[in-house]
Amino acid sequence: MNKEFVKFDKVDKSYDGKILVVKDLQLDIEEGEFVTMLGPSGSGKTTCLMMLAGFETPTHGEIYLDGKAISSIPPHKRGIGMVFQNYALFPHMTVYENLAFPLRVRKIPKDEADKKIDKALSMVSLQGFAQRMPGQLSGGQQQRVAVARSLVFDPQLVLMDEPLGALDKNLRESMQYEIKHIHESIGVTVVYVTHDQSEALTMSNRIAVFNDGKVQQLSSPDELYEKPVNSFVAEFIGENNTFAGEVSDISSGKCKVKLANAEILANPISVKGKGDKTTVSLRPERALINPSDKMDNVHNGKIEEVIYHGDHTRVRINLLGNSEFILKVPNSSANLDIKLGNEIKIGWNSEDARALDPK
Amino acid sequence: MSSETKQILTTDGIPLEVSLKKAERRNKIKALMLVAPLLLFIIITYVFPIGDMLMRSVDDKMVTEMLPKTFKAMEKWDGKELPEEEVFAAFHSDFIKLVEEKREGKLSTQLNYTKNGFKSIIKKLRRKSKSFEEGNYKEQIMAVHKRWANVEYWQAIKRRAPAYTGQKYLKGIDMFKNENGEIVNVPEDRRIHRVLWLRTLEIAFFVTLFCFLMAYPIAHLLATLPMKYSNLLMICVLLPFWTSLLVRTASWMILLQQQGLVNDFFVGIGLVADDNRPEMMFNKTGSYVAMTQILLPFMVLPLYSVMKTISPSLMRAGKSLGGTPFIAFWKVYFPLTIPGIGAGCLLVFILAIGYYITPALVGGASGTLISNQIAFHMKSTLDWSFASAMGLMLLTGVLAIYWVYNKLVGIDNIKLG
Repeated sequence: MNKEFVKFDKVDKSYDGKILVVKDLQLDIEEGEFVTMLGPSGSGKTTCLMMLAGFETPTHGEIYLDGKAISSIPPHKRGIGMVFQNYALFPHMTVYENLAFPLRVRKIPKDEADKKIDKALSMVSLQGFAQRMPGQLSGGQQQRVAVARSLVFDPQLVLMDEPLGALDKNLRESMQYEIKHIHESIGVTVVYVTHDQSEALTMSNRIAVFNDGKVQQLSSPDELYEKPVNSFVAEFIGENNTFAGEVSDISSGKCKVKLANAEILANPISVKGKGDKTTVSLRPERALINPSDKMDNVHNGKIEEVIYHGDHTRVRINLLGNSEFILKVPNSSANLDIKLGNEIKIGWNSEDARALDPK
Repeated sequence: MSSETKQILTTDGIPLEVSLKKAERRNKIKALMLVAPLLLFIIITYVFPIGDMLMRSVDDKMVTEMLPKTFKAMEKWDGKELPEEEVFAAFHSDFIKLVEEKREGKLSTQLNYTKNGFKSIIKKLRRKSKSFEEGNYKEQIMAVHKRWANVEYWQAIKRRAPAYTGQKYLKGIDMFKNENGEIVNVPEDRRIHRVLWLRTLEIAFFVTLFCFLMAYPIAHLLATLPMKYSNLLMICVLLPFWTSLLVRTASWMILLQQQGLVNDFFVGIGLVADDNRPEMMFNKTGSYVAMTQILLPFMVLPLYSVMKTISPSLMRAGKSLGGTPFIAFWKVYFPLTIPGIGAGCLLVFILAIGYYITPALVGGASGTLISNQIAFHMKSTLDWSFASAMGLMLLTGVLAIYWVYNKLVGIDNIKLG
């Protein structure tokens, strides 16, 4: 497998000559991989995708596809499949004609094309819809047609630009699995853009978190969630409790962080030494109420709000001066004294409290 | 079953259906009241005039009313030999009445339309009829002039008997009904209308084509430019709309005349010799140029409104699927603009076919259209019935185009905005 199937090499992009929307982007995508570009709007992720598709050209740097520089190749010669945000099905053509379009321009004989179309339609379980017009299909069906169309000419690389954004929640989730399965079964390389983190976590092999024109972190979903390398990623992915403070001591893989009126132990990730300002990040599920086993951080907090969520309860606690400290308590736990205004003991391991860059 | 179809009553005992209708009727009346002013306006300014035009164009009552007894007597006449005394007597009686009312001049004008030579013999008849004796009018009238003894003139009178006639329509396409009642072409040197109809169609067709060729890129630019530039461009497109038609046409006269700016420019760059400046006005060129410019917005706007709705990602999709930019345009973008093209072309063609002021001012003799001919008959010859007939023929033509268009493209596919 080619480790550098897609390679962004020091790519800059600016639209107006003043602001760089993509800065010095360095990104390698392996063949057959499902990579998601995740980030808030305006972070440059869509611009990257458009540069890869050929609708934008890099201001500086080069993009390689399977070892070939592609900046000067027009989009129609790149052979990259693409699924657009609003499906971009040709409304005046039937589903069949939509799928036949990429095959016709490639002058593929009709009987062979028909086979490919059948295969692509059955892949998205839309057999029997060939003669429908896109307007007669539901949003989810249109999305499937768009996916089928992007795959029907057997591209090595498929780009997806927030393809599920227009669907409702349930449909979106089932489509996520469907796209994931299609990817697994045919082994095509997929570059997927979204701003929905749960979508990214569900589908991807690796996720590139974009912010401010830069890749903040590129790693697998679990690593991204468990081990964010900076406070932007920690904040952007999942829920996050933070403490802002200053490193007062650092030794043997642990550091002491001095808060306004307390001191906690944390895992030094991006702090170098004493006196560094830091934001300590802790996932809500890593903090426990009334910790039984020995945890190296145990503090008292006061319950400020209790919100019932069905399978779990969210508890907002005023802890060490942070009144937005969130805990998730599974509803199976019996006997916990979770009532508004109660004082409770909360503990966590210093390893899970990551001392990152200050915000 | 019967229990299901039982009448449902409202709380005060009235059947639900009845009270629902009552409630709806009130709403219907309200709605009708709201549209009533427009409905009245349309009836008064549109339906009535067109109805009146239709009547006028086929109306031929004048002679029928002037010679009631004559036509009654002629009913029995076979029209081959000279009529019997009875017809002459009736004609005499009608004629005396007309002379008393001093309307015999109108009769002579009308009959002269049908056959030349009536004017003088009617004048003569009026003079002589004062000394007519009672009885044997056939002899006496035939003695007035030899034409009164010619059966062709009596046949001509008989042809005017029907109260309605289609002869104005025939005249509109350079045909007429001859003595034997056959529909034939007018002599070649007197045909003018067919040329005008064809020229009208030709100019309307080419103006539509030019408008389309020019408007398509402009509309595309308008639809794809960022807002602040497209607004400016839109103002440029609409600016002529806000200027009076006369002013615009007059400025074309300034530009296109032989000593005008365009010719000066051509001479300046050496395209034409100074003593051989082309005539660009008072001919077809003038009509083409001015009408294309004036009708351009009618093409741009429908195209723009359609293009605006076409997502740019469709073109991108076309390209990403492997289509060259041309294929993506031709297979994806262009078919989607067809509703706009249809609307724009229909609008421009129909407007061009009835265009009047511009061809009148810059068209000259070879650039005038059928509307100018209609106006000529309205204002100069005062032959309103003929003008009405041509107007209706024009209207029918437009409806026919509309029908053909509907068959080809489907009127539901039109998009004006």
